[in-house]
Amino acid sequence: MATVQVSEAEKVYVMHGVRDDLRVDGRGCEDYRHMEIETDVVSNTDGSAKVSLGHTDILVGIKAEIGKPRPMVPDEGYLEFFVDCSANATPEFEGRGGEELGVELSNTLYKVFNNRHSLDLRSLCICPGEHCWVLYVDVLLLQCDGNLFDAMSIAIKAALFNTRIPKVHISEDEEGVKEIELSDDPYDCMRLNVENVPCIVTLCKIAHRHVVDATLQEKACSVASLLISVTHKGMVTCVRKLGRGSLDPDSIFEMTETGKRVGKALHAPLMELLQKEESLGKKRQKVGFLA
Amino acid sequence: MAVDMRLPTVRKQISLSGSQSTDGKHLVVPGDVITSDTGFMRGHGTYMDDEKLTASVAGEVERVNKLICVRPLKTRFNGEVGDVVVGRITEVQQKRWKVETNSRLDSVLLLSSVNLPGGELRRRSAEDELAMRDYLQEGDLISAEVQSVFSDGALSLHTRSLKYGKLGQGVLVQVSPSLVKRQKTHFHNLPCGASIILGNNGYIWLYPTPGQQDEEAGGYYTSLEPVPLPDREVISRLRNCLLALAAHKVLLYDTSVLYCYESSLSHQMKDILKPEIMDEIVMETRQRLLEQEG
Repeated sequence: MATVQVSEAEKVYVMHGVRDDLRVDGRGCEDYRHMEIETDVVSNTDGSAKVSLGHTDILVGIKAEIGKPRPMVPDEGYLEFFVDCSANATPEFEGRGGEELGVELSNTLYKVFNNRHSLDLRSLCICPGEHCWVLYVDVLLLQCDGNLFDAMSIAIKAALFNTRIPKVHISEDEEGVKEIELSDDPYDCMRLNVENVPCIVTLCKIAHRHVVDATLQEKACSVASLLISVTHKGMVTCVRKLGRGSLDPDSIFEMTETGKRVGKALHAPLMELLQKEESLGKKRQKVGFLA
Repeated sequence: MAVDMRLPTVRKQISLSGSQSTDGKHLVVPGDVITSDTGFMRGHGTYMDDEKLTASVAGEVERVNKLICVRPLKTRFNGEVGDVVVGRITEVQQKRWKVETNSRLDSVLLLSSVNLPGGELRRRSAEDELAMRDYLQEGDLISAEVQSVFSDGALSLHTRSLKYGKLGQGVLVQVSPSLVKRQKTHFHNLPCGASIILGNNGYIWLYPTPGQQDEEAGGYYTSLEPVPLPDREVISRLRNCLLALAAHKVLLYDTSVLYCYESSLSHQMKDILKPEIMDEIVMETRQRLLEQEG
C-alpha cells in the first residue's frame, strides 16, 4: 500500500485537528473531498467509469462475456473482479509490488458486490445451467491518495450503471441444439439495475474520533479502520476491519452508525449525477484523461 | 456531512489582460530542434541529433554566450549552496542522517553540522553518536540550509543556526520546486497569524507562529501541546491556498501567498480546492499581484 511517512509532531497535529473537527485540509470529520465522475471513458468496454477523489484516480472497465453458470446457482450470472495497481500510482507497485494489495482489494470487492442482494444476478442468466453473462470488472488504480475502497465502489457503481449488455436470442432447431444469436443493433441492449449496488464507506479511527475519506497522511495516523458497505436504503451488506490496531465494541457501533448515515447519503448525488450525464448524451464534451 | 460529486470539466487557461505572455520566452518540448547551427555548445537538457541541437526536456531555452541549456519546468530539486530546504529524515547512519529533500539523491546531514542541545560548540563524542536517534529519528521533518554539493549532485545540509532544526507541529505542503521564488529570506511570519518556511526544494512548512523560543533546547524540543483552533484554521486555509496557487502555476512567495489568503476569505476553507472557486481566487490574486507590480 502506498504510504507516507509522518513525524510524531505531525501525528499529534492531525489527531488534535480531528478532535476539533477541523482536518488539515479544512474538512470536517464527515466530509468527502470533491469527486469527479465520468462514465463511458474506454470505448472497447461494455461499461466504464473514471473517478477521481482528491488525488486518488480510479478507472473501472466492465466487459461482458458469455460463460457457464456456477453449478450451485444455475440460474445466475456472476462477476469477476481484478484490481490492477499501476506503477504510475507509486513506484512500490512496480513489478509484482502491487499484487498483494490488488488481491486484497479484489477479495473485498467479491464480498461486497458479488451477491444477489447488491445486483440482480438472475438478469445475467441467458439459459439456466448452460449460459450466463459473466461481468469482468477490471479496476485500475492510476493514483493513490487514500480512501481507495470508497472511490472504487463508486467507480464500480458508475460503471455498472453505464454497462450495456447486448440482447441475445436463443433459437432451438429440431434436434434441440440451442443457438445463441447476438443482436446486431448496438442500441438493442440490456441495462443493469444498480439501485441496490452498495457504496463502501471507510472510517478511520484517529485518536477518539473517526473520519471518512482519510488522506494518506491521516491514514498513517490511524491504527485501525472499518469498512462498511451500505445500500441506498441504509442496509449494511458488509463490514470489515482493516489495519493492525483494535477497536472497542462501542466505537465499532458508533462507526457503523456514522457509516450507515454517510453511505446512505452517497447514493442520491451519485445517481443524480449519472442520470444528468446520461441526459446530456453526446452533447457533453468528454474529458477523459487529459483534464 | 458533505459530498460534492460532479462531472469533470476541461481546465481552461486563465489569461489576464496585460499579463506577460509566453512570447518573449523560447519554450521547447522534448525533440524540438533548438538550432541547427553547429557553432553552439551542448548544455543540460539538450542532445545532438543529426548535427542539430535538440531539447531532451520540456522547458525554457537559456543561452549563455555559446552554451545552450534547457531549464526544465517540472523537475526535481537541484540544490545550490545557501538554499533553504525542508526535508524528512529517512535513515540514521554512522555520524550522519539521510534526508529526503525532493532531489535526485537523498541529502546528507552530518552530525558535525548540527547544533547539539546546550548550544555550546563542543566536540562530538561517541555518546552523541549513540544518541543521534534521540535528536532526529526517521520520519522527522527538519529545515536546513545547503552547505555544499557533492560531485554526484547529492547535497550536504547544515542546521548551524537557531532558525534551522527540527520542525514541530504543522503542515507540510509539497509543490514543484520551480514554483518557489528565490528570495532573501524564506522564513516568514505572515500577518494572518501563521508562519511559513518556503523551502527552495518545493517543500513548504506551515506552522503556528511561535511565541518566545527556548534557546536551551537548541531546537530539538518540540511542543506537543494542542494548537489552538484559530491557528489551525489559518494554517488549513493557507495550505489550501498554496495548493490552489500551485495548481495554477503561480510563483510562491510571501506576497502571493498572503494575497491568495485574503482573496480566499470570502469562501469556506474546504471549498477552496473546488475547481471553480480555485479559479476565482487565483484570478483575483494574480490581478492584485499585477497591480502591485505595475
